[in-house]
Amino acid sequence: MGERDGKGAGLQAGPRGWADLQVGPYIVAAGLAILVVAPPFLNSYWVGLFTEILIFAMLAMSLDILLGYTGLPSLGHAGIFGVAAYAVAVLSTSYNAGFWACVAGGVLVGTLLSAAFGLLVSHVRDVYFLMITLALGMVLWGLGYRWIPVTGGDNGISGIPSLEAHAGLPIEGAVPFYYVAFGVFFVCAVAMGLLVRSPFGFTLRGIRENETRMKSLGFNTWLHCYLSYVLSGAFASVAGVMWAYYNGYVSPTYLELTASSELFLMVTLGGPGTLIGPVFGAGAIVLLKNVISGVTERWLLILGAVYIITILAAPQGLWNLGRLRSRRAGLRASASQGTTA
Amino acid sequence: MTRIILLLLVLLVGAGEAVRGVRLQADPDRGPIRIGFLVPLSGGLAQNGRDILNGFLLYLEEIGYRAAGRQIELIVEDDEGIPAVGLTKARKLVESDRVHLMAGTLLSSSGYALAPYIDSMKIPMVYPVVSADDLTQRKRSPWIIRTGWTGSQPNHPFGEYAYHTLKLRRVATIALDYAFGWESVGGFQRTFEAEGGQIVQKLWTPVSVHDFAPYLAQISRDVDAVYALFLGRNALQFVRQYEEYGLRGRVPLIGQGTTTDEHVLPFMGDEAIGTITALHYSGALDTPANKTFATTYRARYGKVPSYYSESMYTGGKWSVAAIEAIRGNVEDRAQLLDAFRRVRPADLPRGPVELDSYGNPIENVYIRRVERVNGELQNTVIHTFTRVSQFWKYDPAAYLRQPLYSRRYVPSVTE
Repeated sequence: MGERDGKGAGLQAGPRGWADLQVGPYIVAAGLAILVVAPPFLNSYWVGLFTEILIFAMLAMSLDILLGYTGLPSLGHAGIFGVAAYAVAVLSTSYNAGFWACVAGGVLVGTLLSAAFGLLVSHVRDVYFLMITLALGMVLWGLGYRWIPVTGGDNGISGIPSLEAHAGLPIEGAVPFYYVAFGVFFVCAVAMGLLVRSPFGFTLRGIRENETRMKSLGFNTWLHCYLSYVLSGAFASVAGVMWAYYNGYVSPTYLELTASSELFLMVTLGGPGTLIGPVFGAGAIVLLKNVISGVTERWLLILGAVYIITILAAPQGLWNLGRLRSRRAGLRASASQGTTA
Repeated sequence: MTRIILLLLVLLVGAGEAVRGVRLQADPDRGPIRIGFLVPLSGGLAQNGRDILNGFLLYLEEIGYRAAGRQIELIVEDDEGIPAVGLTKARKLVESDRVHLMAGTLLSSSGYALAPYIDSMKIPMVYPVVSADDLTQRKRSPWIIRTGWTGSQPNHPFGEYAYHTLKLRRVATIALDYAFGWESVGGFQRTFEAEGGQIVQKLWTPVSVHDFAPYLAQISRDVDAVYALFLGRNALQFVRQYEEYGLRGRVPLIGQGTTTDEHVLPFMGDEAIGTITALHYSGALDTPANKTFATTYRARYGKVPSYYSESMYTGGKWSVAAIEAIRGNVEDRAQLLDAFRRVRPADLPRGPVELDSYGNPIENVYIRRVERVNGELQNTVIHTFTRVSQFWKYDPAAYLRQPLYSRRYVPSVTE
C-alpha cells in the first residue's frame, strides 16, 4: 500500500519532487490571462472588486518583501500606504496639483517616510520590530485623526479627481481605471520579483534564516534590512496612490491597526516568502469579505473560521500548501525507492 | 494539485457572481423597486445600525413591502462603520444590484465619502442619521436627501433656552473630539454666548475614551452647568462617572440629545435623572403618531425606540411617499429626486417635517428632561421649538459665510 502510494506520488511529483515548479507557472499564466481578458465582460462592480484586489495585492506583495523574505513582521505597513494616499489627497485638493505631481508626491512622501522610519526600526528584530512598527503606525493614525487642518480629521478628505480625468486620459470608467491599475500592478510585481531573485533578495533570505551567519560572512545586515524596509515602503506607496485615486477619498481608517493586521493576514494566508501567495491572499480576502457579507450578516464568523482553518491546515499559507505536499511526497517517493532498491 | 483546486474554487465563485451581475444588468427595469440599505451591522456601532434598520423594517412591514403597486425589495449591506467599506458596498448596490435608490449610513465620515460617488452615479440617497453640517451647507450634494438633522440644529435653540429658561450663565462643555462633537458644541456656544452666556471651559475626549476620570477632575466646579455630548458606551460611562465624582447634584448636566437617547437610556440608572438635552425626537413624545409608533416598535422588538429607530421609520415613510408621488416610476431618477424634495409625509413620529431649499429638514426641536415614569427612564419633553431650520434665526447666506463649527470655531473667550 505504502509502496503504491509512494510510486503514485513519485510520478506526480516528478523525479525531483517539485511539481509546483511545473504547475505554478501555468496557474500564474492562467491568472494573468483572466486579469487581462475578463474585465470588459464583467459588471462594473466586479471590475471595481478586481481593481481593489490588484491594489491590495500590490500592497501585500510589498509587505511580503519585509515579512516573508526578510523575516521582519511589520504591523504599521498600512500607515505608509495611507500616508501616500493622504499625500495624493492633500496635493490634489488643497494645492490643485497636476496628475504627475500627485503621483510623484505620493510615492515620494511614502518612501521618504519609510526611509525615516527605517532608521528607527532596522536594528530590531522579531517581536520588538512588531511593537515598534505597531507604535509608528498608531502615530500615523493619530496624526491623520488629529492634524485636522491638513487631514480633515475624522471626516477625511473627499473630492480627489478621478484618475482618468486627472491624467487626461480620453476614456473614463471602471474598465480603463482597471487597466491602469493592472499595468501598475504588473510593473510592480515584475520589479518585486526581480528584486527577490537578485543577490540582494537572496541576502535578505539569508538574514531571515540566520542573521549571525550572514554577519560573520561580512554582510552589512542592518543596511540590508533598512533597504528592504524602504523598498517595501516605496511599493506600498504606489499602492497607496492607486487607492486614493480609486476611492476618490481618504480617511484615518486607512491608517488603522485593523488595516495593517488585515494586510498581515493577506500575506500569511496566501503564503509569506512567495510573492504570488500574497496576491492570492489579497484576492481571497477581498472576495470573501464582499461576497459573504452580501449573503449573510454573520460573515465575520465565516471569515474567522476560514482564517482558523487555513492556519491549521496550511500554516505556511495557501501557496505553500501544494509545495510542501509535493516535497513531502517526493521525499516519501525517494525513501520508498530506497527501500525497494 | 491543491493549488489548482483552490484557484478553480475562487474562479468559480467569482464567475458565478459575475454572471449573476451580468444577468441583472441585462434585466429590463421592471418588477420590484430595489432599495439599497447601508449601515454598520458589525463593530462598535452595530447596535445603532441595527436600530436604524429595525425602524425601516417596521415601516416596510406595515406597508407590506409594497409602494405604488410595486413590490419593494430591500438589499441590506454592512458598511462596518468604515468609509472605504461603505464605498465598496455602495458600488455593489448600485452597479451590481442595480438599486433604484439608497438609504442609510451612520458616520459623518461615511457620509462625506459616499457623497461624490452618489453624485457621479446620480442615484438618490436618503441620509437618515448623518448629521455633518456641511452636507447640506457648504458642500451640498444634489442627490443626497437628508431626512435627519445637522449636529448644530437642536443646539441653536438649546443655547437660548439654556440662557433664558434654565437661567444658566457659565457653562463648561465636554464632548467627543470629532466633527459631531465640534458642530454640536459650536452651535450651542454660538447662541448661548450671543444671548450673554459664557462657555468658560471646553474639554474634548477622544472617541476611544475608556475612562473619564482625568477629564472629570479637570471640570471647573465654578459653573452653572456642564454640557456633555456622548453616545453609546461613552454616554453610559460618562453619566455614571459624573455621579461617582460627586458632580451630580452640584452641577446640573445638560447636553446633546444623544447623551440620553433611548439607545442608551434603558441601561442607565438614577444617575441620569434630571439631565436636560435637546433633540428632534424623544421616545416619550406625547403625540398620537409617536405613541402608535413607540407601541408597535416595542411590540415588535421588545424595546423603546431610539432616535436611530425613528430616523429610518421616517426615512422609509418619506421614500415611499416620494415613490407614490411619481406613481412608482422610480426609473426616472430625476423625477424621484424631485419628489423627495416636494413631498411632506404626514403623521411622522417626530412631528411635522419639510425640507429647506438646501435639502435639510425643518423640524421641531424638543427639550427633554430625563425622568422616571412607571419605573422606566424616559426623555420627557419639557419644551418644543417648532419649525427649527439648520440656520436657526440667521440668514442662510450670512450663515454660510461663517466657517464650519470646529474645534477652533466658535473660539473660546478664554483662549
